[in-house]
Amino acid sequence: MVSLTASPSTRLRRLLLKLGESLLAVVIGLIGGAILMLLYGYDVGVAYSALFRGAFGDVSGLLETLAFATPLIMTGLTFGVGLRAGLFNVGAEGQMYLGAIGAIMVGSMLRMPPLIHLVTATVFAMFMGALWSLPTAFLKIYRGVHEVVSTIMLNWVAFWLVTYLITYQLADPTRAERALPVQETARYAVIGSSLTMVFPVVIALALVTFFIIWRTTVGYELRIVGYNVEAAKYTGISISKSILTSFIIGGLLAGLAGASQVLGRPPHWTVFATMGNLINLGFEGIGVSLIGRNHPIGIIFASIFYGGLLHGGRFMEFEAGVASELVRAINGIIIIALAVPGALQTFRQLVRRRGRGGEV
Amino acid sequence: MAARSRWRIAWLLAGAASLAIVIYTLSLAGMRPVRLIETGLLAMTPLAFAAIGECINEKSGQINIGIEGIFLISSVAGVYWAEILDSGVAGILVGGLFGAGLGAFLSILNTYGKAEQVIAGMALNIMAGGLFQYLLMAIWAFPGIHIFPRELVVPRISIPIPGGELAVSPITLSAIAIAFLATLLLYRTLIGLRIRAAGEKPESVDVAGHNINHVRILAGVIAGFLAGLGGAFMPLGWFGGLVKEITAGRGFIALAAVVFSGLNPLTALAATFIFGFAEGVAFTVVVTPGVKEMVPFHFIQMTPYILTIAILAAFVASRRFPKALGKPYVRE
Repeated sequence: MVSLTASPSTRLRRLLLKLGESLLAVVIGLIGGAILMLLYGYDVGVAYSALFRGAFGDVSGLLETLAFATPLIMTGLTFGVGLRAGLFNVGAEGQMYLGAIGAIMVGSMLRMPPLIHLVTATVFAMFMGALWSLPTAFLKIYRGVHEVVSTIMLNWVAFWLVTYLITYQLADPTRAERALPVQETARYAVIGSSLTMVFPVVIALALVTFFIIWRTTVGYELRIVGYNVEAAKYTGISISKSILTSFIIGGLLAGLAGASQVLGRPPHWTVFATMGNLINLGFEGIGVSLIGRNHPIGIIFASIFYGGLLHGGRFMEFEAGVASELVRAINGIIIIALAVPGALQTFRQLVRRRGRGGEV
Repeated sequence: MAARSRWRIAWLLAGAASLAIVIYTLSLAGMRPVRLIETGLLAMTPLAFAAIGECINEKSGQINIGIEGIFLISSVAGVYWAEILDSGVAGILVGGLFGAGLGAFLSILNTYGKAEQVIAGMALNIMAGGLFQYLLMAIWAFPGIHIFPRELVVPRISIPIPGGELAVSPITLSAIAIAFLATLLLYRTLIGLRIRAAGEKPESVDVAGHNINHVRILAGVIAGFLAGLGGAFMPLGWFGGLVKEITAGRGFIALAAVVFSGLNPLTALAATFIFGFAEGVAFTVVVTPGVKEMVPFHFIQMTPYILTIAILAAFVASRRFPKALGKPYVRE
């Protein structure tokens, strides 16, 4: 953890160190992925070159990568804001489902003038996400239930609730396997490929979150609670308030992540009953947040990187026959590498010693 | 202490009584009580293995959030080796070995790596989720699902009970036996004493000349082995196939059972039966004519998760956990 104030030069050194750690973890993840491919006789070179060319090789690929990054920025921040308050909020998944269903309710069932419709649908989706984060917050505050278990349980409740709503209440009469697409008036304008104007909205919200966490009293208190609960108690900061704040912010952001897949993602503008276009985006936010060092700006770049892996994974599957889910295994390996400060420290010491003249 | 255990027994009796009422009500709705208990026991088994192991693991001062991931990987490994060795039981044991390996890996991260345990565990879950589907494609070249020959499913044996016969998997019986063995290990052996001390007062183990890290890794290996048995049991003792949602949050329900039990393997076993039974009821309701039309199955599917939250909310505050839980040991 970082102290709350530091001089510019130490800050820069820390920033570079963290960047280095993230890069190292990413390299470890990619090596892990390569080993898994070698074990089953896939061609690693073909697979990775297809992945990176597909994701970052041309403009349309890049736009698609940004479209994949959009929800990840939000779910990454959900986890990141939680971690800043010392919480493991792995509930972005369920909160995102609720956000998506909220967006569909307003977007496809109601009729409104163009811009108002879009704003209402987005705000309602965020509200639904926040609503779904409240039980976890209250269970934590009043009953001491660990947030990891309660969020995972609520993720599954959300899964069944949302599949029920899609199948029985909001189904598209012409195509029963999906919910009603949102109306034209509730869609974000397309920029190119499947990237829409929801992307700048998401970036703006990431910056707002940055401002709240680092430039307001609420955010300051939240970080102190995450840094040291005892110290926070001592200074009279309300722990419960900080926990609640962090869950609500997280829920709002996760709700927008869900909305972004409905109101801001052509060509379907809806959710399928299998939820194929939503599933796991919440969990992937955990990795994104850790690669981005739980910092809003870092999370934006980490999301673009991981969005690239998700998009490029399809090319990898097409050209090298490697299941695109391998990307998620790589994500897991990256997180493991980042969870182990000891390993990275040992590595740093090793490098430093080598640098001094190899007296290892 | 006596008062607390009396309360616990009272709660368990109350639970048993309400269970009897639930069974009676459901039997009025046309479901056969014996089938409910059979399904409940099947659903209990993976939860029980994992929860018993995790009791030992948490006693030693570590948390394993990655049970779900161990379930996923050991289920694939178990099925793969069951097909090669042509035996379901062998497959389950191999699943256990894979679980032990993963348990050792996580424990090494926790001890020597001083890892943030919750994040490392979540990472294992995420990795396993991707790996599961990757392996299905890489091994059987088919996405998301694999069905293996019916003969590989470990056959159930029937036990005569009043009012009929109960078909129980021998693996389930071994899970029950392991709950007793784990209790003996924890409270009646020297290793158990060291494991408990590692979680409660790690300095004392260190001063006595034993390596804390080794004690914790041992606990992690035992816990991983048991979780691996549970993971491989799901396809090889119960479902007869692999699908990507095979675990469906069970790793976390097992964790909830551990929290409920206050790290007592026998109480954990009882808790997993309650959770398993809830799942058994859900399964049975979904297929029983006359009942399934009344409630959409989506809502019935939610019940185990809601029950888990409710039970945690009711009991977690009264539980005491090892002092050094989740903290890597640093010698002062």
